Amino acid sequence: MNDFYIIFTASLVAINCALMGCFLVMRKMVMIGDAISHAVLPGIFIAYYISGSTASVPILAGAALSGILATVMIEWFTKKARLQSDAAIGVSYTLLFAIGVILISKFGENVDLDQQCVLYGEIEQIVFWLQPIGFGLQLPKQAIILLIVCVILLAGVIWGYKGLFITTFDPNFALSTGVAVTFWHYFLMSGVSLSTVVSFESVGAILVIAFLSGPPAIAYLLTEDFKRMIFLSAIIGIICSAAGYYVSMYFDVSIAGSISAVIGLAFILVFVGTRVVKSKVDVISA
Amino acid sequence: MEIWGHINTFFSAENYTLFVVSIASGILCFAAGVVGTFTYLRKRALIGDVISHSVLPGVAIAFMLTGVKNPVYFLIGAITSGLLSIWIVDYVQAKSKLKPDTILALTLSVFFGVGIVFLTDIQHSENAAQSGLDSFLFGKAASMGMLDIQLFSVIAIINVVCIAIFLRGFSLISFDENYAKGIGIKVSFLKSFLAVLTVITVAIGVQAVGVVLMAALLITPAAGARFLTNDIKKMLLYAGSFGFASGVIGVFISYSGTGMPTGPWIVVVLSLFALVAIIFGKEKGMYSRMKMRVSNNVKINNENVLKDIYKLAQDGENTITINDLIEKEKYPPSKLKSILKRLERDRHIDQVRGFVILSDNGRIAARAVIRKHRLWEIYLSKYFQLEEDHVHDDAEGIEHVITPEIEKHLIKLLDRPETDPHQSEIPY
Repeated sequence: MNDFYIIFTASLVAINCALMGCFLVMRKMVMIGDAISHAVLPGIFIAYYISGSTASVPILAGAALSGILATVMIEWFTKKARLQSDAAIGVSYTLLFAIGVILISKFGENVDLDQQCVLYGEIEQIVFWLQPIGFGLQLPKQAIILLIVCVILLAGVIWGYKGLFITTFDPNFALSTGVAVTFWHYFLMSGVSLSTVVSFESVGAILVIAFLSGPPAIAYLLTEDFKRMIFLSAIIGIICSAAGYYVSMYFDVSIAGSISAVIGLAFILVFVGTRVVKSKVDVISA
Repeated sequence: MEIWGHINTFFSAENYTLFVVSIASGILCFAAGVVGTFTYLRKRALIGDVISHSVLPGVAIAFMLTGVKNPVYFLIGAITSGLLSIWIVDYVQAKSKLKPDTILALTLSVFFGVGIVFLTDIQHSENAAQSGLDSFLFGKAASMGMLDIQLFSVIAIINVVCIAIFLRGFSLISFDENYAKGIGIKVSFLKSFLAVLTVITVAIGVQAVGVVLMAALLITPAAGARFLTNDIKKMLLYAGSFGFASGVIGVFISYSGTGMPTGPWIVVVLSLFALVAIIFGKEKGMYSRMKMRVSNNVKINNENVLKDIYKLAQDGENTITINDLIEKEKYPPSKLKSILKRLERDRHIDQVRGFVILSDNGRIAARAVIRKHRLWEIYLSKYFQLEEDHVHDDAEGIEHVITPEIEKHLIKLLDRPETDPHQSEIPY
């Protein structure tokens, strides 16, 4: 049963990240996702400081504000201060992360939180926090929070699909037809912040980045259709979660690390595979 | 006094180790700032983030193979896997439709994931000597051993010397790679060499400030320095100095508080330096840009009003009152009055009992503006085939920007025309 709980939780993170990651990949903004996943540290700390060690959805949503703050900072550095965009990302998230670490070491005695946990999470411990959900069933508390966020994100993407789609694939056209480009930018970034914040405790920032970039990248190599790409990357994320979990059990190593490694392996397979197929097609057509 | 006491103990002989640590981290941050200047200028600032995450598997493998905690082995492992990560990023970028940001994020997370896998394997195995590996994740500048510090300082110094030797080549590939190729510079050699230096710097820097914050050591000093100068040598100097100062001050702050982490304080100090430079920088800082914008606006307003006074005088109005101008101008009365006051101060006009009188200086200045305006109109209609009624708005803006040199050039190009497209005379 523990196997199921852990794979289920990791899969929920994978689905959340697939929903957001596909947009990030097509918008060339994955590194902003990376920045957000580190920059939420001060927000998470404050959330935990207020609530002790048990975080809930509203408090985590508040913590997600620090992710938005990072986005605003990056925008400010690039638009107002005219810093080149890659440096703006780097400067913003390192500063926020540093502040988070300082806060933790100064006021963190009562808070069950360290940067190790933020970086690679403790998914093996979620099974200690089971909650009954009726019908004699129970789920880990983390999984319930992730499930709620998954529903929120899914609803958000379905409701805002048109706006997100047009601002992703043709931002200039969107701008000229009066679509609120800035609104959709922050809409998406709120989603990324929320999914990062609720995922960090179970899988950590590194696996969030792996989920945000890996499955969408693999799916993008396999299909041109965007809806199919989202669907495919969710499936790939789930498969990698399950495979990564069993690998970690077999070798007795970190689960989050194994899943990242399996995502890397899957990428190499698809990358090489598509190149082989492409070269064969080239030979035939020549 | 308390702070002075801190400083005193800080530099006293009893605190020799701490003194050495602060100097060592200063040297480290100096080296990172200098190398980072080139990655910044090549718009690859985030590669530092990728390398710092990617050194982990190399370090873990080095430990697994040798079974000892030796900084030299760690460094070799770190450099190897760091270089591999850069190679993978470049290779996948060249061979697929994926964009750089996706590849960077994927590479860093997978390398780090693999690193964690090895690390947990080491932790779960019998070998108890693994404790030092954690410093590769979060950095422990304050608890570095003498051997580490000596090694890092030597490498950082070698690093700086190499950059001094290859300064010209590195600058060329940073600003214009194609040009560098064109004049026969060995671009690919220099790029690889720079990559090696970057990886070495990151590999040693990670141990001081940790995986996440290492990127700041490379990016932030250069980002700040860029706002202070356009000269690459000065930029290197500024970035290096920011780094050195932050390294020393960061160690000092973390030492004066209890349980304060070193790396984050270095980054906070560094960010403060950069922020001050970004806002107050002489070259491109926000404040100087704002001042420039304000002074430009003042110039535009002055010239517009002056021009209108001149035109009114040309139309045969001998007595121009402020009310005439209020009618003609788009400026609100209060603003107009302050503009007139400035014009008076510049001795372009005199104001006598509500009348405005153009001085000789003012006449010359006004004619210059009108001349530039009309020259530009001719230029547009002649070289861009724009209709006569389309050229005015553009000229309205450009008349304030044309320099005497451009004006001379325009007159020569247009063969000193007599009238503009609307048949108005051009005042010379």
